[in-house]
Amino acid sequence: MPTNGYDDRKNRSNLGSHLKQETSVVGRPLMKVDAMSKVTGQAIYADDIHLPRMAYARLLPSTQPHARIVRVETSKAEALPGVLAVITGRDLPIKYGILPVSQDETALAVDKVRFVGEPVAAVAAVDEETAERALELIEVEYDPLKPIMSIEEALEDTEVRIQEYGHGGNIHKMVSLQFGDVEAGFAEADYVREDLFFYQGNNHLAMEEHSAVAHYSPDGKLTLWSATQTPHYVHRALAKVLELPPSRIRVIACHPGGGFGGKSDPFHHEICAAKLAMLTGRPVKITLTREEVFYAHRGRHPVLMWVKTGVKKTGEITAMHFRSMLDGGAYGSYGVATTYYTGALQTVTYKIPRYKFEGLRVFTNKPPCGPKRGHGTPQPRFALEVHLDKICEEMGWDPAEWRQQQACEPFSLTANHLRITTIGLKECIEKVVAASGFREKFRKLPYGRGVGLACSAYLSGANLPIYWNDMPHSGAMVKVDRGGGVTVYCGSTDIGQGSNSVLAYVVAEVLGVRPQDVAVVTADTDLTPVDLGSYSSRVTVMTGNAAIEAAQNVRELLFQAAADELGTTSDQLDAAGGRIFRRDDPGVGLPFAKVAQLAEARFGTLAAVGSFTPPKTPGRYKGAGVGPSPSYSYTACVVEVDVDPETGWVRVPTVWIAHDIGRALNPILVEGQAEGSVYMGLGEALMEEQVFRRNLHKIPSMLDYKSPTFLETPDIETILVETNDPHGPFGAKEAGQGPLLPVPPALCNAIYDAVGVRIDELPVTPDKILKALERKAKGQDPRVGPTRMPHVEWVEPIYVEPPDLRHDPSLMPATKPT
Amino acid sequence: MKQLVALRVNGELHEVYVPVHKTLLEVLREDLGLTGTKHGCELGECGTCTVLVDGEPILSCLTLPVEVQGRDIITVEGLATQGVPHPLQVAFAELNAAQCGYCTPGMLMSAKALLDRNPDPAPDEVREALAGNLCRCTGYVKIVDAVRLAARRQQGDLGAVVEEIERALNEGVVREPGS
Ligand code: FES
Ligand code: FES
Repeated sequence: MPTNGYDDRKNRSNLGSHLKQETSVVGRPLMKVDAMSKVTGQAIYADDIHLPRMAYARLLPSTQPHARIVRVETSKAEALPGVLAVITGRDLPIKYGILPVSQDETALAVDKVRFVGEPVAAVAAVDEETAERALELIEVEYDPLKPIMSIEEALEDTEVRIQEYGHGGNIHKMVSLQFGDVEAGFAEADYVREDLFFYQGNNHLAMEEHSAVAHYSPDGKLTLWSATQTPHYVHRALAKVLELPPSRIRVIACHPGGGFGGKSDPFHHEICAAKLAMLTGRPVKITLTREEVFYAHRGRHPVLMWVKTGVKKTGEITAMHFRSMLDGGAYGSYGVATTYYTGALQTVTYKIPRYKFEGLRVFTNKPPCGPKRGHGTPQPRFALEVHLDKICEEMGWDPAEWRQQQACEPFSLTANHLRITTIGLKECIEKVVAASGFREKFRKLPYGRGVGLACSAYLSGANLPIYWNDMPHSGAMVKVDRGGGVTVYCGSTDIGQGSNSVLAYVVAEVLGVRPQDVAVVTADTDLTPVDLGSYSSRVTVMTGNAAIEAAQNVRELLFQAAADELGTTSDQLDAAGGRIFRRDDPGVGLPFAKVAQLAEARFGTLAAVGSFTPPKTPGRYKGAGVGPSPSYSYTACVVEVDVDPETGWVRVPTVWIAHDIGRALNPILVEGQAEGSVYMGLGEALMEEQVFRRNLHKIPSMLDYKSPTFLETPDIETILVETNDPHGPFGAKEAGQGPLLPVPPALCNAIYDAVGVRIDELPVTPDKILKALERKAKGQDPRVGPTRMPHVEWVEPIYVEPPDLRHDPSLMPATKPT
Repeated sequence: MKQLVALRVNGELHEVYVPVHKTLLEVLREDLGLTGTKHGCELGECGTCTVLVDGEPILSCLTLPVEVQGRDIITVEGLATQGVPHPLQVAFAELNAAQCGYCTPGMLMSAKALLDRNPDPAPDEVREALAGNLCRCTGYVKIVDAVRLAARRQQGDLGAVVEEIERALNEGVVREPGS
C-alpha cells in the first residue's frame, strides 16, 4: 500500500462483526467506482436521456394559493399544431402519497388547488416551446378561498379547511407521548428553564432540477427513468395511480444530481410523464424549471418550538418537555413522520430520565414540506443545544465538560425506549474541543469573535419501513462470472454519497477481489432486489449488510469447491488478493477465477442473495415507529465566528466537526459527507429560507434564494471517530445527515460568545443581530426569537413507563455469525 | 425563425440549423448530443452550464450560438487530450470532489480557465475563481484541494494516468501534504 497520508491502523477492526480483523479494501481512501464517469461528463442524469420520437411535457401551475377549480378548458391547447396530448386532474384522479396515512395528493389538481405552483394540467408536444405555448391556451376558472399562510392562521381558522382529513381544522397530525412523571422531575430540579425557538423552512436546492422520461412500449410495459432517491416508492405510486400491475412497470433511477431528501417522494411530473407516454405512444420527457423545483419542494419544515428542562446542581437532567409545531404546507408528504422526528432523538445524546413530547403539524397554502437532510431533527436539535447552552451559562458549567458528563451510556435504552448501541459522543467532544482550541477561546476571545459548541445524534436508517410489511428493507444479489468478474445487484440509489462504491467495497472485501473487479447494478426495479431507497441514512448499513450476506453466501460455494482441490475444508479458507487460499498455509491457494470455474462446474450458475431486516424495536407503543435504528451516529461541532457589530454580518472562518462513524468504510467519502453537511447546515443557519409574501413564494430563483458559495464556506476540519458498531457492515454507521445537525446551534452559541446576544430564530440574518444588539444597548433582553407559542388543546399523552436507563450488557447484540 | 450556425466545439466543426433564440446550452445538449454540460437554472445563477470560449469561462445558458460562431468552444467532453484525462479530472475523481457530479463539468471548466492563466493558485484564488459555480454536495473543500492537486501535477501520458486511476480505485488516493 502506498503512503496515502492515512494511518494503516484504520484498517484494523476490533469488534469485527464481519469475519476479518484485517481488511484490504474497507477503510482505504479509494476513488469512487463511478468517479471517472462523473468527471468526464459521461454519467447519465435523467435530463441527458434522449430517445427517438421523444416528446416534451410541461405543467400548468396554479396561480391561486387556495381555490376551487370551476372549469379547466383545454380545447384551444389541444388544437395547437404540435400538441400531442393534454391532461387534467380528471385524467389521473387516484390519490397517492409517500405515507399510507396521507394519501392526499393527485398528479394534477382535481377540484381544488392548495398552493401557487400546484400543477393543474399537463401538455405533451413535439418540443418544449410548443408545450409552453399550449399551456398559455389553457383556461382555468378559479373560485378563490381564503389562503392560510402560517401556523398561527392555520390554528385560528378552523372553518376554512385546506384538507378534509387529519386531526380537525387545519391540524394534520397531533401527537403526545410521555415517558415517566416529568412534573415530578421538574419538582426535584434545582433549576428549570423554558425557551422558545423558530427554525425557518428551506429548500434542498439540489443543483439538478427534477427530471423524468417515460416510455410506454407497444407490448404494454412502462419504463420511467427519473432523478429519484426512491425508485421503489415511485414504482408503487405509478402502479396505484395508473392502475397498472407492478410487473409491467420498470423504474430506473438515473444518477440524481443531488437529492438531500428532495427527490424522495413520488412526484406530479413523474406520473404525468408516464400518463402522457401512455396516451401518445411516444417517449415523454419532463424537466422542471428551477422555479417549479421550489414548488415541488418537500423541504425543511418551518418549526416553532418550546422546550422546558430541569437540572440538578450536580448536572443531571431530571426531566424534559418538548413541544413542536410544524408548518407542513398543503399536503402530507412525509409530514407525519417528520412530526414524530421533531420529538424522537432528543433523548439519545444526554441522559434524560423523564421525557414528554407534544407535536403537531398544520396544513398551509404553501408547497408541501417533507424530508430534508436530517429529516425533522435539525430543528429540535437547534432548539435543544442552544437551550442547554443557556442552562450551562446560567449554572456556570463548562458546556463541553457538562455534555461529556451527561452523555448517554453505550448499550443502553433511552426514556423513550430507543436502543443505543455504540456511542462515541464523549470522544467526539474531546477531539473537537482539542482541535479547535475551544477551552482557550471560549469566553476569552475579543468582542466580536467567539466559539460555540453543539452535539447531536442521528439514526443509521429507520427500523420500521414506510409502509407496513414483514419483508427485508434491503436486498442484494451477487453473481460470479466464470472469468472471475463479480456483479452486485441492489435497489439502492447512489445520490452522490458513494453507495455504489460501498457495495463494491464490501463485496470485494468478502470475496478477496479488487473493487474494480466488481460491477455494480443498482436502482432498477426490473433488475435489482428491492431496497427501500436513499433516505434516513439507511443505505450503508442496510445495503452493506445485505451485500455482505450475499457475498458470504456465494463465497461459501467458492470455498466448498476450492476446499477439495486444496486438501482442506471450506472453513479453513480465506479470500484476499484475488486468491482463495488456506489460512494455515497462505501459499497454498488458487486464483479466484479458477475457483469460480470449479464452483460453477460443481454447483451450476454462481449467484446468491442476501437481505437485511433491522433488529426488532424494543418500544411497543404507538409512535415507537419513528426513532428506532440499528445504531446512532454522534457528532460534536465547534464553530468560530467573527461578528461585525456595525453591520450584523457574521463570518465563519472555521468549523471543526468530529463524527462517530462507527467505522469509515472509505474515510474520504465520510469526510465528504461531513463537509457537505457542515456547508448545508451553515446555509440554513445563516441565509437559506423559503419564505412567502402576499401568498406568493418570495424567491423562487437561485439568485434570490441565497446559498453559500465558495466565498462564504469556511475551512472545515473533519475528525472521524470509530466505535465499530456491531450492527454495522464492518462496524459502520451513517454519515450523510448527522453532521448537519450541530452546526446551526453551534453557530448561534458562538454568536452569543462573540457579542452576547441570543438569536433563537433561524436563519441568523444581519438584521436580527443588529436588532438584538440594539435591545442589549437599551438594557432589554438581548434576544431575537419567538415570544409565544399559540395555545392549543393538546391531546392526552400516551403514557409509557421509561426503562431502566443504566448500561445493560444484555442489550449488546450478538455478533453476527460469519 | 431558424438560422444556420457554424460552431467549433472541442476542435470539431458543426453546422446546426436552429431557432435564433435557442441557447448555446440547448444546442450543445440537444443538437450536438454533448450532454456533459449541465444546467441548474437557465438564468445565469448557478454556473453549472459553464463552458470555455477562447479559453474564457462563459455561461452557456445565457449565450446565443451566433455570438460564439467561429470561436473555440470547449466542453467537459473536450477536456481530455487523445483519451488522456486532464489532471483536473483525475484529481476531482481521486479526492471525491465530485459527489453527485452534477456541478462537476461546470466546475472543471472554470478551474481549467484558472489553471491556464495561473498554474499555481493559492486556495483563496481558487475560491475566488470558482465563486460563480455552486455545489450543494461537497462543501467546496475537496474541490479546492483537487484544483490544487491538479496544479501540482504535470499532465502525464495515457499509460501513467491510467495507472494512477487504477491505483486510486484499488489501493487508495495519494493525499499529499498540504493538499
Ligand atoms: S444553468 Fe445556471 S447559470 Fe446557466
Ligand atoms: S457534487 Fe453535487 S452539486 Fe457539486
